[in-house]
Amino acid sequence: MDELAFWRAQHAHGRIGRRELIGRAASLGAGAALLGTFGGTAPALAQDVPRRGGTLRLGLGGGSTTDSLDPGSYTDSVMIDAGHALFNALVEWGQDGKPHPELAESWEAKPGAVEWIFNIRKDVTFSNGKTLDADDIIFSLNMHRGNTKSGAAGVFREVADIRKLGPNQIGITLNGGDADFPYVLTDYHVLVVPNGTTDFSRAVGTGGYILEKFEPGVRITARRNPNYWKKDRAFVDAIDITVINDSSARLNALLTGQVDAINRVDAKFVRMVEKNPKLEMVTSPSGWHSCISMMHDRAPFENHDLRMALKYGIDREQIIKAVFSGHAVLGNDQPIPRTDPYWNPNLKQIAYDADRAKFHLKKSGLSNPAMVLQCSEGVFPGDVDLAQLFQQSAAKAGLHMQIKKESADGFWSNVWLKGPFVTSYWGGRAAATQMLQVAYGPDAPWNESHFRNPRFTELLAAAKAETEEDKRRPMIWEMQEILYSDGATIIPVFGIWLEAHSRNVGGHTPHAGFDMDNGWIVEKAWLKS
Amino acid sequence: MLRLIAQRLGLGALTLLAASVLIFAGTEILPGDLASAILQNNATPESLAEMRRELGLDRPAPVRYVEWLGHVATGDLGRSLASQRPVAREIAPRLRNTLFLAGYAAVVAVPVALALGLMAAIWQGGVYDRAINFVTLLTIAIPEYLVGYILIKYLSVRLGWLPSLANVTPDTPLATRFVLTLLPALTLVLVVIAHMMRMTRASVLQIMASPYIEMAFLKGLPKWRVVVRHAFPNALAPIINVIALDLAYLIVGVVVVEAVFVYPGLGQLLVDAVSKHDVPVVQACGLIFAAAFILLNMTADVLAIMSNPRLRHPR
Repeated sequence: MDELAFWRAQHAHGRIGRRELIGRAASLGAGAALLGTFGGTAPALAQDVPRRGGTLRLGLGGGSTTDSLDPGSYTDSVMIDAGHALFNALVEWGQDGKPHPELAESWEAKPGAVEWIFNIRKDVTFSNGKTLDADDIIFSLNMHRGNTKSGAAGVFREVADIRKLGPNQIGITLNGGDADFPYVLTDYHVLVVPNGTTDFSRAVGTGGYILEKFEPGVRITARRNPNYWKKDRAFVDAIDITVINDSSARLNALLTGQVDAINRVDAKFVRMVEKNPKLEMVTSPSGWHSCISMMHDRAPFENHDLRMALKYGIDREQIIKAVFSGHAVLGNDQPIPRTDPYWNPNLKQIAYDADRAKFHLKKSGLSNPAMVLQCSEGVFPGDVDLAQLFQQSAAKAGLHMQIKKESADGFWSNVWLKGPFVTSYWGGRAAATQMLQVAYGPDAPWNESHFRNPRFTELLAAAKAETEEDKRRPMIWEMQEILYSDGATIIPVFGIWLEAHSRNVGGHTPHAGFDMDNGWIVEKAWLKS
Repeated sequence: MLRLIAQRLGLGALTLLAASVLIFAGTEILPGDLASAILQNNATPESLAEMRRELGLDRPAPVRYVEWLGHVATGDLGRSLASQRPVAREIAPRLRNTLFLAGYAAVVAVPVALALGLMAAIWQGGVYDRAINFVTLLTIAIPEYLVGYILIKYLSVRLGWLPSLANVTPDTPLATRFVLTLLPALTLVLVVIAHMMRMTRASVLQIMASPYIEMAFLKGLPKWRVVVRHAFPNALAPIINVIALDLAYLIVGVVVVEAVFVYPGLGQLLVDAVSKHDVPVVQACGLIFAAAFILLNMTADVLAIMSNPRLRHPR
């Protein structure tokens, strides 16, 4: 997807206004290309009025018979969507990329953003009748701290202490300043359960729906919670999630009307869905990005010119066309997506340039450096194709690498973080500083490229502690620039979630986080008849 | 006769034991373990260690194997490592679904295949014989998922007659269940019918070359009667064996069809369990599959013996 197409999609989904789109297009010299955009067939979000009732049937890939209702164990779409139906978080990651109150009705940071105070909403009850209070919140947050197998354990390392300040108020102390801490609480693992919960075979939550049936990897059904505290959410009477991991079966189920909406449409079938008068596509540019990470401190990749040669030696356009059937956004070797408010627009897009790659290779002083790229279908479907395209385009620039196809089984434990030249991916993070910290922070356990840069380390700590918007922006922009010019990670593409629903569904909107509106479809969608 | 059956049962149990060792060894040599399979790139060294300790993965493999075998012998399949639920409760509804679908397909496929095979033998070399041979060869040659997609494309997407999702739940009424599983059952029927039909035809034709058949014709019997009354009973043994193999396939080999129609059977459970290294579930599924194979083959042997008077009344 080119720049113009990207902005056009943003407009179609109501993210930017018509005026802004025209402005963006004009700056690209593509005003005429916009004819036909307005009045297109994109979902008309603004005019739709939510309607109550009916059963929303979702056909979702990303479920397994090993799924559990324990929020700390969620890894994929099915449980993330179910979790949003059954539970609430403290903070919601809004569509505008900002944190919004959920069970925490307000919060404030003391200067330096080390000390935080969260005020908990009153008059909220769990599905078992218990009233929500600060003890439930503290228990739910502590599930991700210390000796835990929670998937949020990594992001909770920065929490030093959580204490009760009142029946509806808690205080959180961090190990260092983090002005973006509320974003940590939007993590999909961080859901609120009653104090002392140990049995997750039943789900007791404050969410819009009450669990009826849970058959892991098969089906999850829930009915509306009649006492739900959010009055402007949870429109349908019941949610019925069918796990459909096969992408053709998923699309078939939508075509035959057995489900109302599906996630992860196979890119090859997008045109077919668009042509079908009964269906609508929702394309959602996201923070998900594929990576090819070199280790910044290992030969031969410690050589800056070799890294630059490889960055120019990858044909990103070709990868988007061949691997993603055109449904991806160009990456520019820094991990902040265009959808993020802190995206730095001043970095020139790196394009495939065999001559420049040759120039940098020559300048590096290396002759035929040994490079073995480890990749696997277990990273994401198409990863091996991506690696092979990279190998071919790099070879044309005189960079010869071998490709080692690793087993999908055990890739994350045996190859990732161990090999000096591996493919991987990152899911988008809610806050730019989180993304920069988790994958490039100097002491981050998942710093896959062993990236170390004194200026970057300094900026990261300063930006995290800085609460003033105008002072943070230049710092976050500069960090992106450092990764762009000195980083050891090639980020060829950002993903686009491809989702589809029948025209009977309203309120199914794109989100830069996870697919299906970051799991919010269960609360935000409705049925038109 | 009874002694023979007892002997077969004993051998079957031994085979099952050997299979359990193989299954266990197979899951052990896979790279990675349950903890890293579950946590993927959310893993920190601490959360990995904590999960391994909680799951008991830090103890040696032979110890875990012997312990498990003892439990299985007393009817306790253990708990799923991933979900903490009892394995028996995970498997029971899946096994019922698998047996239901296999039974559904078999009840249709076996009589139809036998009838088609006998008709092909009666009209050997004729237009019908050639046509049915061609069609069944075609359904064998096309992979089952493609058969499934073709049926979905025409019967559910184009015509809208049948649902493409076979997402039954334990409390789906029986009548609905038959409708929901019609397409997967039909796919399986098309896949297995050819083997049985061709074997029926071939073994009947082989018997047709015997002198006693010639005698039957000389008595003036019509051809259909010779085939059905005289040739077919003596051709049963190999047919029963093929039917047993096909039934075993219907139970253990239908994971692809399950995936295409999103049918919650045992195959899908096994695939999930293997990818997450959920050893107790993998082993229980493996044992059930091995037992199904052994039991069906044993039954086939016994039936084949019973169909042969010379073996039934040994001197």
